Amino acid sequence: MPETKPTRPAPTWRFAPIILAGFAVILLVAAGAIWFFGAPAPLQQAAAIGGPFSLTDGAGKPVTDKTYRGKYMLVYFGYTFCPDVCPTTLNDVAQAIDKIGPVADKLQPLFITIDPARDTPDVIRQYAAAFSPKLQGLTGTAAQIADVAKEYRVYYASHKTGPGPGDYTMDHSSILYVMDPSGHFAGVIRADEGPDAIAADLKKIVS
Amino acid sequence: MRLMLSALVLAALSTAALAQSTGVAVTQAWSRASTPAAKTGAIYVTVTAGGPDRLTGASTPVAETAEVHQSKMTNGVMEMRPVEGGLAVTPGTPIHMAPGGYHIMLLGLKQPLQQGSHVPLTLNFEHAGAVNVEAVVAGPGASEPPRP
Repeated sequence: MPETKPTRPAPTWRFAPIILAGFAVILLVAAGAIWFFGAPAPLQQAAAIGGPFSLTDGAGKPVTDKTYRGKYMLVYFGYTFCPDVCPTTLNDVAQAIDKIGPVADKLQPLFITIDPARDTPDVIRQYAAAFSPKLQGLTGTAAQIADVAKEYRVYYASHKTGPGPGDYTMDHSSILYVMDPSGHFAGVIRADEGPDAIAADLKKIVS
Repeated sequence: MRLMLSALVLAALSTAALAQSTGVAVTQAWSRASTPAAKTGAIYVTVTAGGPDRLTGASTPVAETAEVHQSKMTNGVMEMRPVEGGLAVTPGTPIHMAPGGYHIMLLGLKQPLQQGSHVPLTLNFEHAGAVNVEAVVAGPGASEPPRP
């Protein structure tokens, strides 16, 4: 059977047109996706916001981004020591959730602290619950918070206001992020536009 | 005797009016309910001045310290800072403190602020001296004072 050896590459060559056709299909699909979703720039931008995280919920249990798969995540970063702006935003979010009716069932609102030193699970749980039973407060180690903030492109920094170790306020990005049920970026909503506008934006993004 | 009394009353009234015209009026003091774990709170007031004055400090029995703070949004980043050197009040332009701007920041809350309760607050002015008010506590994220 000396002829069997040279015939071995034959099956590969026979499949070559199919492989080439496969590549062509992939290229066509990619081109179609770009045509359908628009220019590649927003796609790249969309891929850049959000990502995996490991945090602790208000009950002290570890959670990750995968904990919330199957639901849209509405993510806001802030801190409970902030008595002025954060309560306004969270109250607006709570009101918006009440306004969107059954759409709210597809949504998991999350409040992630950027001040983990002061916001223990108990503190963040009480704070979140004061606004809505649906709102979950999340905290973590300083490194975990730094990681999730980086994923979401959130800026935060402490600002000393006195000599004591607890004398500081936090500067932080104030934006609402929406992630789709598979954990991908779905959109941003201005945090300061009031409950009606937040509700309208949520209805547009969550389907 | 009656005349003398009337004169005294008149004198007292005019003094009060005079104090009003040069002093400050603090109205519509309100706050928001806090959780048991919360260490901070905010009180909002409206300050109307009869003459140029400066709000230099504040105190309340419900918190260890009270400071005049300002929240400000710059390029999507929220900042909160103590107002250095006090807050100037000019006649004719009342200061309406509201969420997202000026507020009396309460630090080291000694007790939770309960919705519907009243919180005593003393504001110190450079010229008008101490002015005492009571802030009514609204819901946890209220955007305006509770309607009477």
